[in-house]
Amino acid sequence: MTSLQPHVGRGLRQAFTEAQAQWRKLQESEIPIFFVGAATCGRAAGAGEVLQRLRSHIEAKKLNALVVEVGCLGPCSFEPLVIVHKSGVPRICYGNVGPDEIIHILENHVLGDDPCSQWALGKMTPGQLDGINDFDAHPMMRRQVRNILRNCGLIDPENPYHYLACDGYRGFLKALEMGPDKTLEEVKAAGLRGRGGAGFPTWRKWQSCRDAPGQTKYLICNADEGDPGAFMNRSLIEGDPHAVLEGMLIAAFTLGASQGYIYCRAEYPLAIHRLQIAISQMRELGLLGENIQGADFSFELTIKKGAGAFVCGEETALIASIEGRRGMPQPRPPFPAESGLWGKPTVIQNVETLGNLPMILRNGADWYAQYGSESSKGTKTFALAGKIERTGLIEVPLGITLKDIIYDIGGGIPAGKALKAVQTGGPSGGCIPAEKMDLPVDYESLTEAGSIMGSGGMIVLDEDTCVVDIAKFFLSFTQEESCGKCAPCRVGTRAMLSILERIAAGEGETADLDNLEKIAQTVKDGSLCGLGQTAPNPVLTTLSYFREEYKEHIDKGRCPAFVCSRMVSYHIDTDRCTGCGACARVCPVEAISGEKKKPHTIDQEICIRCGACLSTCPSIYAAVYRRSGELTRYEQRKEK
Amino acid sequence: MTRPAKESLSTRLSSPKSKITDILARYPANRGSLIAVLQDIQEKFGYLSEEAVEELERLMGISVNEIYGVATFYTQFRFSPPGRHTIKSCQGTACHVRGGHQLLQELQQQLGIKAGQTTEDGEFDLERVACLGCCALAPVVSVNGKVHAKITAKKIPSILSQYAGKEDDENK
Repeated sequence: MTSLQPHVGRGLRQAFTEAQAQWRKLQESEIPIFFVGAATCGRAAGAGEVLQRLRSHIEAKKLNALVVEVGCLGPCSFEPLVIVHKSGVPRICYGNVGPDEIIHILENHVLGDDPCSQWALGKMTPGQLDGINDFDAHPMMRRQVRNILRNCGLIDPENPYHYLACDGYRGFLKALEMGPDKTLEEVKAAGLRGRGGAGFPTWRKWQSCRDAPGQTKYLICNADEGDPGAFMNRSLIEGDPHAVLEGMLIAAFTLGASQGYIYCRAEYPLAIHRLQIAISQMRELGLLGENIQGADFSFELTIKKGAGAFVCGEETALIASIEGRRGMPQPRPPFPAESGLWGKPTVIQNVETLGNLPMILRNGADWYAQYGSESSKGTKTFALAGKIERTGLIEVPLGITLKDIIYDIGGGIPAGKALKAVQTGGPSGGCIPAEKMDLPVDYESLTEAGSIMGSGGMIVLDEDTCVVDIAKFFLSFTQEESCGKCAPCRVGTRAMLSILERIAAGEGETADLDNLEKIAQTVKDGSLCGLGQTAPNPVLTTLSYFREEYKEHIDKGRCPAFVCSRMVSYHIDTDRCTGCGACARVCPVEAISGEKKKPHTIDQEICIRCGACLSTCPSIYAAVYRRSGELTRYEQRKEK
Repeated sequence: MTRPAKESLSTRLSSPKSKITDILARYPANRGSLIAVLQDIQEKFGYLSEEAVEELERLMGISVNEIYGVATFYTQFRFSPPGRHTIKSCQGTACHVRGGHQLLQELQQQLGIKAGQTTEDGEFDLERVACLGCCALAPVVSVNGKVHAKITAKKIPSILSQYAGKEDDENK
């Protein structure tokens, strides 16, 4: 670690010393330590129960052990995750740890000498351990480069000393030393582009804000992660809040902004809580307030809770919301960098963009630019979810192919199903079909394929997913979230949705597809803000890659994925049905009848096509089957 | 499942005026604080009552029309008393492809209400939310802010029974 610059105040200087001492103690601890992943996702998976059981067991047995709550390490499908430190043995990361497992690990690994390799995902520190590989060699981790997320899941996000010990605020101190001009040059040389979706070069935004006249400038951190299917920002804030705040300091210093806002959605209570704690810690460390660390730089931070409006992810709508108004967008120009919050030059930056800044300053632009592709530098986090074996938060160098993400990191599609498409960019993005999996993940390639990078949501769709249903899903979302200010978006999304609803209900017409495309183009061209301009993307990409599937819905009344329930019917094969009655018991509308031990039948008039009978029929009988449009493969076989 | 829902609410509402003054004192006295103030009022009283909005008009000098204009824009705000427990059914993409929509229908059926309504006994609110950000554990449902992961129709009754008939002391 480099020595501190002379201008660093005594308080922060002491804090660094204290941090190093605390951190060393944690690394060399004689007593065992349990690092429990307790972010929102970990808690949902049962980390709360694990913590409770662990603490009460330690207390009851009067053991000398430490429990530390950390953020999310990323491999969510293995949650709850616990890292166990035991003196003299490499640290081990365990997955799928329930309350019983943690006690087992405590008794047998910590107090005994069985490392419980059955639950081990890998070892986190060097050393030999039979049957347990390095955590970094785990299939889910091997291809990842964890720069932005480097501390997530490893440090206590509520303890500022942990962040300081991991080179925290070194990037900001470097910026103070370099001055605003050189800091901007460094960010420019690094090639950082906005991580919120559009990929606008960060330095250019900063430059226009700096060039704009006036002394008062504002910085806003956009943490209104509204894309359904995205949780990167939540994880970063919950796991390493100071990294985002340090990024804000660097940006504010470069811009000459003295007031910053964090606009965080109210659905993320833990993230807001951690930000509040971190901000008060910054104040104690002399990193907020007047003349920070003796420099000619004063900065204050305020958290604004979003109130549930997707459109507020759009810059001008977000500004309106902070001003206490309805979150409706404004025509641009003027861009916020020239006239934004209360008419002052304002820079709005995504959480992850800010999270990139400390390491750019700390390690330099050259170091940063070694990751990524020619036009898309650095790494990017993605929320990998949907029909994929290993779900979670991942970080990869830009330019990696979709195939590598889906199969290497994600472990492919579960239950032997086939990959159909990958949806990136949420409601503003599109579906990239399975045959395009060699596509490199960078801003240009994804845009060319009709989708967008977006903020990092990546939803994997398998053969059981219907593209008409997915298009309908996203459009009903954007239609509902349309603020109603401009007609193309307000009326256009409604018109498109009603066509899609018709197609999904089996009432589609041949002209519908052309009409959809025409309206989509109008909405794209005519809408005021990003919400409307990108809302047609899910429809347009599915139309261009899966037109046949749309046609099947329209021409044959058939949904190949058996999702559009109006086109699916359920039947019982009288040869296979033994009359066990299991289906009749679960049918919510009592559509199934039959005598005991005699084949049952489904009354198609009453049936609501919920599919409960199909999932309930014991697999040894497999008597319930479904059909859509044409005969099912099973029936075809039977007809022969 | 009988419970004096209205009583406990009315005690919470005993002196709204002084409480609104307390809330206002936390923020700078300008228009930019309006949403934060509305959020705090809702957190305190469970919803934005007419009484509270009128009081706010007097204290902040923003007309009732303006306040409703802002409040109705955002999905977070409600204008009728809430049930004792709030169920949020996630309709995010990951939840959708893993059956989130069927789950919502199942919840509606088991509770006998539609999304956006409160059960007759005042026990449960049912809301649809765009995304709870727990996509890797889809489908999810949150009750009083606690997220329940990988929910199936079969798990719903046992989750509901964890809350039915109990006060929500965690969140309010």
